[in-house]
Amino acid sequence: MDIRVFLLLLLVLVSSVEHGFSLYEDQVGLMDWHQRYIGKVKHAVFHTQKTGRKRVVVSTEENVVASLDLRHAEIFWRHVLGTNDAVDAVDIALGKYVITLSSEGSILRAWNLPDGQMVWESFLQGSNPSKSLLSVPGSIVQINLKVDKDNVILVFSKGFLHAVSSIDGDVLWDKDFSAESIEVQQIIQPPESYVIYAVGFVGSSQFDVYQINAKSGELLKHKSAAFPDGFYGEVLLVSSDMLVSLDATRSNLVTISFRKEEISFSKTHISYLVGESLGIPVILPSKLSGILAVKFNTLLVFIRVKSEGKLEVVDKIANAAAVSDALSFSEGQQAFALVEHVDGKILLTVKLSHDWNSDFLKESIAMDHQWGLVQKVFINTYIRTDRSHGFRVLIVMEDHSLLLLQQGEIVWSREEGLASIIDVTTSELPVEKKGVSVAKVEQNLFEWLKGHVLKLKGTLMLASPEDIAVIQDMRLKSSEKSKMTRDHNGFRKLLIVLTRAGKLYALHTGDGRVIWSLLLPSLRKSGSCKHPTGLSVYQWQVPHHHAMDENPSVLVAGRCGPHWDAPGVLSFVDTYTGKELNALGLTHSVAQVIPLPFTDSTEQHLHLLIDSDQCAHLYPRTSEAIGIFQREFSNIYWYSVEADNGIIKGHALRSNCIGVVDEYCFNSSDLWSIVFPSESEKIIATATRKLNEVVHTQAKVIADQDVMFKYISKNLLFVATIAPKASGEFGKPTPEESWLVVYLIDTVTGRILHRMTHHGSQGPVHAVLSENWVVYHYFNLRAHRYEMSVIEIYDLSRAENKDVWKLLVGKHNLTSPISLYSRPEVMTKSQSYFFTQSVKALAVTSTAKGITSKQLLIGTIGDQVLALDKRYLDPRRSVNPTQAEKEEGIIPLSDSLPIIPQSYVTHALKVEGLRGIVTLPTKLESTTLVFAHGVDLFLTRIAPSRTYDSLTEDFSYALLLLTIVALIAAIFVTWVLSEKKELQEKWR
Amino acid sequence: MEKGKGVMVGGRRWAVDFTDYSTSPSSRDVPDPPGFSRASQDQDDSTLSRQKKDAESNWKSQKAWEVAQAPFKNLLMMGFMMWMAGSTVHLFSIGITFSALWQPISALQGVGKVFEPYKDVKVDLLGPKLLFIALNLGGLALGVWKLNTLGLLPTHASDWVSSLPPAQEVEYSGGGIPIR
Repeated sequence: MDIRVFLLLLLVLVSSVEHGFSLYEDQVGLMDWHQRYIGKVKHAVFHTQKTGRKRVVVSTEENVVASLDLRHAEIFWRHVLGTNDAVDAVDIALGKYVITLSSEGSILRAWNLPDGQMVWESFLQGSNPSKSLLSVPGSIVQINLKVDKDNVILVFSKGFLHAVSSIDGDVLWDKDFSAESIEVQQIIQPPESYVIYAVGFVGSSQFDVYQINAKSGELLKHKSAAFPDGFYGEVLLVSSDMLVSLDATRSNLVTISFRKEEISFSKTHISYLVGESLGIPVILPSKLSGILAVKFNTLLVFIRVKSEGKLEVVDKIANAAAVSDALSFSEGQQAFALVEHVDGKILLTVKLSHDWNSDFLKESIAMDHQWGLVQKVFINTYIRTDRSHGFRVLIVMEDHSLLLLQQGEIVWSREEGLASIIDVTTSELPVEKKGVSVAKVEQNLFEWLKGHVLKLKGTLMLASPEDIAVIQDMRLKSSEKSKMTRDHNGFRKLLIVLTRAGKLYALHTGDGRVIWSLLLPSLRKSGSCKHPTGLSVYQWQVPHHHAMDENPSVLVAGRCGPHWDAPGVLSFVDTYTGKELNALGLTHSVAQVIPLPFTDSTEQHLHLLIDSDQCAHLYPRTSEAIGIFQREFSNIYWYSVEADNGIIKGHALRSNCIGVVDEYCFNSSDLWSIVFPSESEKIIATATRKLNEVVHTQAKVIADQDVMFKYISKNLLFVATIAPKASGEFGKPTPEESWLVVYLIDTVTGRILHRMTHHGSQGPVHAVLSENWVVYHYFNLRAHRYEMSVIEIYDLSRAENKDVWKLLVGKHNLTSPISLYSRPEVMTKSQSYFFTQSVKALAVTSTAKGITSKQLLIGTIGDQVLALDKRYLDPRRSVNPTQAEKEEGIIPLSDSLPIIPQSYVTHALKVEGLRGIVTLPTKLESTTLVFAHGVDLFLTRIAPSRTYDSLTEDFSYALLLLTIVALIAAIFVTWVLSEKKELQEKWR
Repeated sequence: MEKGKGVMVGGRRWAVDFTDYSTSPSSRDVPDPPGFSRASQDQDDSTLSRQKKDAESNWKSQKAWEVAQAPFKNLLMMGFMMWMAGSTVHLFSIGITFSALWQPISALQGVGKVFEPYKDVKVDLLGPKLLFIALNLGGLALGVWKLNTLGLLPTHASDWVSSLPPAQEVEYSGGGIPIR
């Protein structure tokens, strides 16, 4: 009964406050944090000395163009281009514009250097993107070509050479190469020349040079020469008139002199040059002016190109990691940076191109090995106070982090790996141990007192503006939220994130700092594992009984290679220390990882790994685990969704694998399959319930005290299919030939519980499944609007349990285990609404006990997270709800879902490149943590039904205390008075 | 009072007994004075006191009936208040309902005390007491009925079911789209 009272009170409370979530200005940053990243740097361009400001412009693999402060690594400005708008090249023009070429060389943009405003944008029309697009190996940008006073940008893309004015982005002229069969490799413009050379291959054994007038774009000359041995790969420009390439056998270096009257080739055998056979050579694309870097496995060989195509080995470096481009500084001198790994440290050498033997700079820098190997180097020069030249280098590491080295030190580093999170899991922090050192408390006693006095002043409204600022600062930097121990409310946790670089980070939920990071040794390139990729991360061991003396650990699953049948790797990492406990190189592949709802005596979770041959492998590989597994053997099923073939299959485990002697390996047999007709349906989205979701009750109380029983099953799968014709681009299909079909499927028996068709609708579909409902988002072609639909599913087989007396004495079967083979009768209700925004991600809040009402978390196209009450998506909404329904909290039906500006969880911030939203329940039932990740990271704490189980942050304890003291004083005074009066009356 | 008594008991050295034993001869050691007859005095007063007692007991029974009927007014009053409070759950209606429940219960607990002053050998208190109890039970019933209209009584299946956790499923299935 008290629960009912409580719930009713709650309901009244909630319905009286429409906007459950909103913040005051001074609450920003109290329970949320936001981190801005850019991703792995692809290109970096330093500002020239003249501009004075110490900045670098970078473009990254996350399609970000950003300007960074070289002193503090701050982001001055940043633009996140769309996911299909990858940056191909970046440069600076006119000393004030950043030029970027993106979308495979079809969009050229200029950004203002100081503030990042877009100045102009031009779309470069390629030829018909059929054959020429494919044959173009990459786009080439050539910038800073002086023609009169106008800077002209040369862009070669999609078979066209464009000359674009850097002032306004007008295409001055273009030259079509798509008609010729040439595969253009380089666009070269020698300085002080009005001639542009376009060089390339025709077929594999003919070399062509086109000379083009830089002013008008007309063809001046066309030269051609055959090279019977053929070429391999790309050409590299080593000096203004010399190109180098490999021949088809990859055993000879070919130098090409292209500016003379006749094209001349000169062939040099590599083993003759180097002295021995070292393996397959790869020409590094670094432009070193006169020098060529060739890589053989780990050995880097520098070869100088002398006149007449003569080659000479200058140096061999064994552990070289990366070479920068050459940078010209004073009086035509050119320098480049070379980074080597020498016993745990990195050795940075800056050499002058013309004088190999002297090292301009040689610095050895100790470096955290968690950053891995150096992958890219960008060099920049500056003038020291004594007018000499100093160099600093920007290096990109294996884990995608970005570092600036200057004067033998790491000036700053940015953990850019966090911009590409693949998977997130969570871990509890250590339990607080007894015996806090007294000294620490005493030291802070004065501070503590001062803080409380200030707070009291604040509550009594006596604080001056400076005091208020101090109070706000104290609130934001409260050490309470960033402690390394568990708290009573469960707000403090560790987020364990796996990034694309194969690095695992532990972030503190209090302030977002990195507690530890680990570049997983098992996910690094090694002899047995050529192309390792991290796949996902799971909770492996979560100690509750031994929480004081055992550390939790996570399981990281990965695979060695790009294909899904490549052998897998498993890694077990302690979440407190960040050390890898164990690593397994698997003999089988990892197609799916299924966490089972069983734990062994050491509280390790059992996991089932499915390989590409449909064999199931049990982990951990202990006899105890197999004992637990055998007990539940006949009740464990698995299913696979083959999206390409349009088949969903259910499997049961059968027996131990045949052929291999491995008691942890099990065969599986197909139980059922659902085949979608390929001509009319194509799977585009699936959704299942989160494994850790807790549901408080199986009943839904509706108006008039009636009960509906929710169909709550962990084995429910939502599948959305669309017409294959509608799977293409937006706007292509007509409403008549596009439809969206949604299914609710029981994954144990393969029974289709519900099927519904939305005619005239198309994807993309985002869906979230929780408790007994699923919400999905799609596009309605007829209405030209986005829609969101909800399906709620109810169990009719339990609807008979309505006799109060039977329930009172416990004579019901509502809590006894059920089998899905009993095929319970179900009923569904659904409703659709318009929604004005397109969606990037969809999630739902989850709380510890599942009592609190739910909110949908919608990652909008504007990279924000919007919280929308589930009550808006209730299929029982009607236009005119009855009084009882209103009391129940049913909102009158409207055609579209409201977007209340205050309910943006991310308030004024943006989570650029939003990819996923993860919700983590806290111990406090009302509250849940929301972690949104993309290029940026954002974490906040929300309470969908307000914090009904705790006092709010701004609750005035001082006032409470004052009231209590005043009351006690009053009691005392009145007691004394009454005693006196009584005595007087007695004397009377 | 309590305190004073304690002090007296603890520190008594001497005492003068002022108790008048004139009405109870048996407990007296001292013989009656000559010519004084105790019995005759009793006989003289008996008729007078009997009349007095009759009047008193009449008055007492009348008063007892009055007291017994008092809750009826209360009942009407409560009914009116409940009607005013409406059938939605808020502070006022809950307060009224609980006072409506509490009053009869406390009255029922103190049935003996209420009729204490009217206790007499000749007065039959059973009737008034029963009426009193019945009326209070009526009040209690009204309170319970109000509680029910407010939906605070567990008389529906929903009240018993909503705290039941979902049933466990025997089977377990996992999987999905293979990780790419």
